[in-house]
This record gives sequence, C-alpha cells and structure tokens, in this order.
Amino acid sequence: MTARRRFTRALVALCLAPLTLFGAPTHATDILTVYSARNEQLIEPIFTAFTQETGIAVRFTTDKDGALIERLKAEGENTPADVLITVDAGNLWLAKEMGVVQPVVSPTLTSKIPTHLRDSQGHWFGVSMRARVVMRHASKVGANEITRYEDLADPKWKGRLCLRTAKNVYNQSLVAMMIAELGEARAEQIVKGWVANLATPPLPNDTAVLQAIAQGVCDVGLANTYYLGRLVEKEPNFPVVPVWTNQEDRGVHVNVSGVAVTRHAKRPELAKKFLEWLTTDEAQKRFAELNHEFPVVAGVAVSPLVAKWGTFKSSETPLAKAGELQRAAVQLMDRVQWR
Amino acid sequence: MPRRVSLFPLWPIGVAVLVVMAAAPLIAIMTSFRAIDVSLWAHLIHHVLPGYASETVLLLGIVLVLTLLLGVGLAWLTTAYTFPGVRLFRWALVLPLAIPAYVLAFVYLAWFDVTGSVTAWARTAGVVLPEIRNRWGAAVTLALAFYPYVYLPARLAFASTGARALEVGQTLGLTRRAAFWQVVLPLARPAIVGGAALVGFETLADFGLVSLFGIDTLSVGIYKAWYGLFSLPTAMQIAAVLALTAMLLLALEQWARRAARYTTPGRGAALTPQPLSPLLAPVASVLCTAVLLVAWAAPLVQLVSWAWLEGQAFLTLRYASFFGHSLLLGTSGALVTAVLALFLAYAQRRSRHPTMGWAVRVALLGYALPGAVLAVGVVAVVSALDRLWIAAAKLANLPATPVLAGTIAALLAAYTVRFLVVAFQPIHAALMRITPSMDEAAQSLGASPLQVLTRVHWPLVRPALAGAAAFVFIDIVKELPITLMTRPFGWETLATRIFELTNDGRWEAAALPALAVTLAGLLPTLLLARTDPTHTTPRNSPC
Repeated sequence: MTARRRFTRALVALCLAPLTLFGAPTHATDILTVYSARNEQLIEPIFTAFTQETGIAVRFTTDKDGALIERLKAEGENTPADVLITVDAGNLWLAKEMGVVQPVVSPTLTSKIPTHLRDSQGHWFGVSMRARVVMRHASKVGANEITRYEDLADPKWKGRLCLRTAKNVYNQSLVAMMIAELGEARAEQIVKGWVANLATPPLPNDTAVLQAIAQGVCDVGLANTYYLGRLVEKEPNFPVVPVWTNQEDRGVHVNVSGVAVTRHAKRPELAKKFLEWLTTDEAQKRFAELNHEFPVVAGVAVSPLVAKWGTFKSSETPLAKAGELQRAAVQLMDRVQWR
Repeated sequence: MPRRVSLFPLWPIGVAVLVVMAAAPLIAIMTSFRAIDVSLWAHLIHHVLPGYASETVLLLGIVLVLTLLLGVGLAWLTTAYTFPGVRLFRWALVLPLAIPAYVLAFVYLAWFDVTGSVTAWARTAGVVLPEIRNRWGAAVTLALAFYPYVYLPARLAFASTGARALEVGQTLGLTRRAAFWQVVLPLARPAIVGGAALVGFETLADFGLVSLFGIDTLSVGIYKAWYGLFSLPTAMQIAAVLALTAMLLLALEQWARRAARYTTPGRGAALTPQPLSPLLAPVASVLCTAVLLVAWAAPLVQLVSWAWLEGQAFLTLRYASFFGHSLLLGTSGALVTAVLALFLAYAQRRSRHPTMGWAVRVALLGYALPGAVLAVGVVAVVSALDRLWIAAAKLANLPATPVLAGTIAALLAAYTVRFLVVAFQPIHAALMRITPSMDEAAQSLGASPLQVLTRVHWPLVRPALAGAAAFVFIDIVKELPITLMTRPFGWETLATRIFELTNDGRWEAAALPALAVTLAGLLPTLLLARTDPTHTTPRNSPC
C-alpha cells in the first residue's frame, strides 16, 4: 500500500467514524430477525415460545406484505431480515417472483406440510390454514340449502348475499383459485352472479359481513372462519354457521399464513431451524389456536370452538396459483364491477 | 440595497438541500416510468381509471366546499363576534384534527352503517335510515376530520388583518358583512387556499377512510395496482400523475393571484370582536357545540367505551412507551419541520426569482403522494445511502453495516419530506401579510435587521408557527405507512398499535390506541390556545 493511499484511507475513516455512533443496527449472533405481515398479537406468542424452547432470541417488525416485500427488495443484501411471514399465499408467491426469498431444503418441512400448501421449489411454506367459506344464517337458511360457492350466483339468493370488498386479498385469492379450478370464463360467470345478488354494496371487512347476516341484512355471505370464531367466542349464540363448501367436488378454498427465508438472510441456519420448529405439534397447535385457524400438519388438534364445526375436505390445487392468477382475478373482478 | 449582500449563500444552499431531500424519494418513484406495463394500463383505462377519476373529482369537490364552509364560517364567527363559549370554541374547534380520519369513519359506520348500532335500533322502531356508505357519507366524514386545516389559518388571517381591513371597508361605506366578503375574505385568500390545499392533498391521498366507505378514488386505484395487480411501478405512475396534477392546479391558483398583494398598510390593531345579537348568540353557541360534538366529543365517548370493553385486555405498561415514542417523534418532527418550513418561507420571501418558486414547489411535493408510495421512495433512498456508506466503510476498513436504515434520524427526515408543506402553508400565509415597507419603516426608525425580525416579524409569525408545529405534530402522531416501513426494531408507536389491531380486523380493540392518539392531539391544541392571536397581539401599534 502506498503512503498516499494509506493516507486517503485514514482520511476517509476519520470522516466517516463519527457516523457510526448513529446507532447502527447491530448484528448480534443469536438473534433471528423477522419481517412479519402477521400482526403482533398473532405472532409474538409464537416467538416467545420459540425463544423459551431454543434460547434463540427473535426481533421482529410488522407491516403489510407488499410493503415488506418492497423493503426487502430495496435493502437487498444489506437487509437485517432472515425470515418473512405473510398472511396469504399470493404475497408469498410475489416474494418468490421478486427474488427476495431463497429455497430451503428440509425433509422435515416437505414431509409434514402437504404439497399444495407450499412452494414446489421450497421458497415458501404454509404454516397455518385459513378456510374461506359460505356463511349462512343459522335458522333462516337450511343446512342443505346451499352447498357450493357456485350456488351463491343462483338468482334464488338475489338481494340476500353480502360480500366483502374486492380489494381484499382473500377474495382475490378465492377468485384466483376458481379461475385455476374452473377456467376464467366459468369463474367470471359465477362471480358476475354473486355481484347481481348483493343485498348491500360490498362491506369493508369479514366481520361486517358476518354481522350483516346475523342482523338479517342478508342471509348468506363469504368469510374466513376465524372471524366467525372470534364472534362466537364473544357471543356463543351468534346465529351464523359455516358451510363446508364443495365437499362433493373440489373442496373448501383454503389460504395460508406462511413463512419464507429471505434471500440475503444473515442466519439462514437459524431461520431454517425456526421454520422446522413451526411444524412441531406444539407450535402448530399454538399457531392455529391463536386465531381459530387450522394447522397444516396432519393430526394436530384444532381449538374446541373450531372443532364444533366438524371436519372438511379442502381444495388441493397448489396455492401458488393464488399468486400466479391474482392479477387475472383482480381484472375479472373489475370487469364484473365487484367493488 | 446593502443588507442583501452576503458572503455565504445560505439561502440558495439551504433551499437546495431541502429540494434534494424532498426530490430523492420522488426520483426513486419516477424511475418507475422506465417500466410501463401497457396491458395493465389498457385494463385500468378501460375498466378502472375513468370511474375512479370522476369519483375522485366529485369527492374532492364536495369535501372542499364543505371544509371551506365549515372552516371559513367558523373562523369568521369566532374571530369577529363574541357569544357564550367563544373563548373555548376558538381553540377547541381545532380538536377534531387529532382523530385520524379513518377512525372517525369507523365510529360513524359503527353507528350508521347497515349493521350499525343506531341503524339496528332504528330498525326495531320501524325506521329505515338512509345508507351512509357512499360518496356523501365519505365526504361529510372527511370534511369533519379536515376542516381545522382551513379553520386555523383562516382565523389567524382574520385576526391579523381584520381590523384595518374592516376599517377601510367601513370608511368606504360597506357594512360589516359586505366588508367581510369584499375586503377581509380576499385578503385571507392565501391562508384559506393554503388550508384548502392541505385538505385536498389529504383527500387525494386518503386510502383508509374511502375504503371503509367503499368509495373508489384514484388512491384506491393506486393500491389496487400495487397490492391487487402486483404492479408497484404502475401504482407509482398513477400516484405521480395525480401528484403533478395537484401541483399544477395549485400553481395555477398562485398564477391567478400573482399580481395581488395581501398586506394591509401598517400593522393596525387586532380585530375587536363584536357581541352577537341576543337572538343569534345562542345559535352560534349551539352551532359550534354541535360541530364539536359530532366531530370530536361523541366519537371520543364511543372510543372510550370500546377501549373500556374491548381494549382493556390489550392495555399493558407498554402503552407508556408507545405514548412516549409518539410524543417524541411528534415533537421533534414538528420542531424540525416547522423550523425548515420557516426557512423555506423566508427564502421564498427574499427571492422573487421563478427558480425559487419551483424549488419551493418541489420541496413541498411529498404531501401530494399517498403515504405508502412515498414510504417506498424513502426506503429506496435510505437503502441506497446505506449502500454508499458500506462501500466507503469497506474502503476504510470500518465495520460495513447499514447506519441509516432503521434509525430515528431516517424517520425524522422522512417526516420532514412528507409534512414540510403542512408547516409551510400557514407560515407562508403569515409572511405574505408583512409588507416590505414595514421592514423599511422599522429600519428607518433605527431598528437593526435582527430587531426587525424579533420585534416586527416574530409577533406576527409566532401564531402561524405554533399552528404549523401543531399541525405537523398531529400529522406525525397519526402517520402510518412511513412509520411502519422505517421504524427501528421494536420501536412501536400509537399509530403502529392502531395498525396492528385494525389490520387484523379488531377495530373496537384499536379504540385504545386511537383514544391515546386523540389525547396526544390535545397537547398541541393547548399550545394553540396559548398563542391565540385574539388574546396575545399587542394593542400598541408601531406605525
């Protein structure tokens, strides 16, 4: 090294040194860093249990899926995040498309998690299952009066259907999976029928849909079961029940809350360990029970409240389709003016 | 003139720094124009944008009319007249600003939506209430949430120019009412337009409230392009077009009044409010009470009730730290932003060069974009700076870790970019009412430039500065997308608490942090009460 170059380096170091005082995020060795779109109350207890069992500390930050993926993209190789957690499959698919997650090779994960609930190349894994089904008023609509998503398009339900807004990702995933399973033309026909049957303009959230059914604004609707679980937990006689939809053919539409290891994870081994830990029976039970969801690992019990609704067959179309076809689904919903 | 000579070009350099700071995230957003998704745009133009654009224009129009009516009307009422409770109303009418618009929307919907408590109760009584989940419901809620943006600057303008203007009007034979329309209102135009511009930007950028009301505005289209259609570049392109349109409209308004002067000769005395007639006084009191009740007190009571019933389980000691973080960010952000806005406003006052006008406009652009889009731009810039730092650090054998991402410094810089205009508008409006001849008169009386600043400018600018800081504080405490995307690990605020709960559909539980945000908003409002110009303007006039 020439004297001049050494001098330049020393000068640069001297100028930059004070800046390091600005609380640079430290990379402690045994801390796993997580970006989570699953909100704190539904994820923090999991981290606590993980830390207790393994001694590995977890630090995390929450935001919406899209924002977290953009953040990972912008941060690139300097990202502090090791793990990404989302609440739907579409965004996991997007994370893979954007190249912000990396494949994980783990026989534990592939043997425990059913094929359709994870990425075929190991880029992401579903860890809890959420069912989006037809909801009916417990007394006004008979148990066998409606059995399929398609039935909601029947003119019989004209002015009796409540839907959440099309801006919601769960509706977008549902329509995307219908495109995958029934073809775009048939899916469009059905969704158009739904919109024609609306009792009131699309509601802002699933809870509002369930309350509207309970109050008689409409008789049937679509919602994720855990929202019903929360309402029933507060009010045991809440007059809405889930319909296990399409049991004769393709099964109930499910989505996942899932995890992935970031492409530039600083501690990929810890991240993998966390993913595998999530598929242990105890973690599965906890993860699902926090929000009345369903475990992805076979044989793990659901919460007593959820158990009352009985068991169901779920659709086995790979969930990656929900991401792949989301754009087509949103465009379809625009065409039929589901707002 | 000799006083304009300076060795160090402080003003241009300072303005340039602000412009670069503000422009950096915008440039990051502009790079989205490299990737235009033609098929997606075709779909949007055919099925989405025309309807969304007309909805935006309609909503914006109604909101602006309502906020101008409420804001200007209440400002004039509480400045020009006295009636029972007026001293309280003067500052209390700013309070509704502290309730985030989407929280207000949620409360109203919980009462009046098809499943709302009032609607259900009315139904049992055989009364069918009209639907409120439509354009009108959204517009009324937005107006109630945002009218203080017009009310406060209008009041400051009326209070500081009112007396002399009224005198002039009245010597010309105008009645008090006619003088208001022909003299006072035109003089207050920059202040009112500034406030209305803030309302307009807030309405254009709002996503939370309009999606609760099921109204499809262009900001919904922006989110649809990003979250639904997975095309962030397209979302940014729509946002950029929207922001530029808003800026051009504002520039057009400035151009339309380019020749006008908004200064009254001399400082004059402050307006002396007149008592209202015994018939009208109770009406005025009831009106102000009604606005406060609907926009602030009743929602607050509902929030308290939910917080008690649903939020208790979530109330832990951590709330002390959430509250502390919000206050810290709010106060430091408000201070920094208000000082920079003051600087920018003076810079514009000193130079009539067109470049300065455009530089200022660019520096203020951050507010016209939806927060989430700006947040992406901020993260892009912060990450790029970190990459530069790491490259430099490697060269110097220093630890090569990011230094900017996830720091409070980055967060505060982002707030400044976002809210500079919020502070700028009231300060700028106040400065426009100080004539150059006032400076000269003071100097001819032997005052040094510093004395001109402290004795002539400061008393006139102080109320506007306090208002500016209060606006920014409240905005920061409510701000979500930027806080979420750039906050340090584990650094939660009241706004991020609201997000955690509402994003998960637990709206009633979110009443607890929403209530805390509203309480935090009380603090700057008290500051406003203390700097109220109707009480503090000195009576002795130097001219």
